[in-house]
Amino acid sequence: MAIASADTAIRSSSFSRVLIYLVLLLFALFYLLPFGIMLVNSLKPLEEITGGNMVSLPREWTIAPWLSAWSTAQIGVEPTGLRPYFINSIVMAVPAVALSTIVGALNGYVLTKWQFRGATLIFGLLLFSCFIPFQIVLIPMARILGILDIAGTTTGLILVHFVYGIGFTTLYFRNYYAAFPTELVRAAQIDGAGFFQIFWRIMLPSSGPIIAVSCIWQFTNIWNDFLFGASFASGGSAPMTVALNNLVNSSTGVREYNVHFAGAIMAAAPTLLVYIVAGRYFVRGLMAGSVKG
Amino acid sequence: MAATDAGQDTGVDFRTRLQNWLPKIVLAPSFAVMVIFVYGFIAFTVYLSFTDSRMLPSYEWVGWQNYDRLFRVREWDIAVKNLAIFASLYIVICTLIGLMLAIFLDQKIRGEGILRPIFLYPMALSFIVTGTAWKWFLDPAIGLENTMHLWGWESFTFNWIKDREMAIYTIVIAAVWQSSGFVMAMFLAGLRGIDNEILKAAQMDGASNWNLYRRIILPQLRPAFLSAFVILSHLAIKSYDLVIALTGGGPGNATALPATFMYSYTFTRNQMGIGASSAVIMLMTIAAIMVPYLYAELREKK
Repeated sequence: MAIASADTAIRSSSFSRVLIYLVLLLFALFYLLPFGIMLVNSLKPLEEITGGNMVSLPREWTIAPWLSAWSTAQIGVEPTGLRPYFINSIVMAVPAVALSTIVGALNGYVLTKWQFRGATLIFGLLLFSCFIPFQIVLIPMARILGILDIAGTTTGLILVHFVYGIGFTTLYFRNYYAAFPTELVRAAQIDGAGFFQIFWRIMLPSSGPIIAVSCIWQFTNIWNDFLFGASFASGGSAPMTVALNNLVNSSTGVREYNVHFAGAIMAAAPTLLVYIVAGRYFVRGLMAGSVKG
Repeated sequence: MAATDAGQDTGVDFRTRLQNWLPKIVLAPSFAVMVIFVYGFIAFTVYLSFTDSRMLPSYEWVGWQNYDRLFRVREWDIAVKNLAIFASLYIVICTLIGLMLAIFLDQKIRGEGILRPIFLYPMALSFIVTGTAWKWFLDPAIGLENTMHLWGWESFTFNWIKDREMAIYTIVIAAVWQSSGFVMAMFLAGLRGIDNEILKAAQMDGASNWNLYRRIILPQLRPAFLSAFVILSHLAIKSYDLVIALTGGGPGNATALPATFMYSYTFTRNQMGIGASSAVIMLMTIAAIMVPYLYAELREKK
């Protein structure tokens, strides 16, 4: 057989290869275009957008829309720019990601290395909770947050994201630890190591990749959430997505498209950065949430 | 697992007993949180759907009245029909594009390492960002239509987003843009998992590429098809952010979906009973798809 067929056995004519490249490039354009055009237009003065062509480069480059979106644009009633909301999202996401990942790691450890009767049922229940439409919990959640006196606060949102993140993080760690040799755990146990010692000394040191997957997936989900933010955060405690939506859909005054675009890119920047830096883990997280094992 | 039994022979002193209970103690808070915040909340919402709750929860039992009214409200009818259109097109188009891109990328493409992340990056974005980008791209006054006019194609019209009949398809376009790369990644993983020896053997027997794909490769991708279907349908039913950002449910309520219906009835129209009943219907639909799938996956693992 030909040497070239090491990776795939399929061979195709050069005509169809040209066609394949053409289609792939067209789709690359399709995926890049909306975001690329948004980026270019965020650097134009407003007149060039309303009076000009969206695909042309700016005649006059300006970063004024970015400055405005960040610190002076009208969000709701206050001309604060997106900065406070960006900070809200960070303050919300970091603890929620950390907490749900820690709890998920412990759960995964228990569910694989300390199995007891009913463990699979508990895992099944946790797993289903990943996929519920969150509309089903909105009303009682609003009540509980009110009772706990954290309605409309970032603390409330941290709790919400933590609670509904546990299912996914447990799933990741369970599947990862399932492949971890149980003999090692048993040997350590015979040597007198306790539950937490085994977790610290044996499980955690080899958990780097799955911790990355869990943190990235949780961060992306929590940063991008809109439903919980729109339902449970009020005014100044709103996360970035809600603030962006307020900015773009506010009905008063002139529509400053360039400012909207700058704001949208700011809202996209953290998750996009994570994707660029650690795309491998992002893809793994996506896959683990769908095709298990 | 044997790990739990190992400690039991050494006498039932306190430390051993604690060690035996520790795993359950560690899992207990998560279990409690899940029982309350997921299943307890579901039960509460189901209960509310049988009450005459309006602005605040009320505990006056009204039987099936909310469901009865829900199915006679015109907006719900529109939302369900929109979901049917949106979900079927979204699933079919994402699957076709995803499968095509995966097969093409699997032909030893130069630059695969650059193309793959480009196809997949929209999945990292918030639907609000996607909505903002597409809303403007689809806006006839400044977006694609305007550009075509400026380039001299005067008769070009593309105003679906303003058109009650067509607006729902703009949601499909933006949603496909966001998730088709993800489906590509799933199929690509499936393709890479196929044993090349079988393919080579079939080729030696004179099978054409077309037959190779139809007879051998596609059947082996069945698990990927199933996963794609389950994930996409569950995403479609939950779709909320994208509609809010792209069309706000409009023009009129031409792009309303069950998720936007639930939100507006519960929180802006003060019809909590009906809102709760619509949420229950959404949950039932997702459960009908997810429960058999998860059950099968969990059983296979054993």
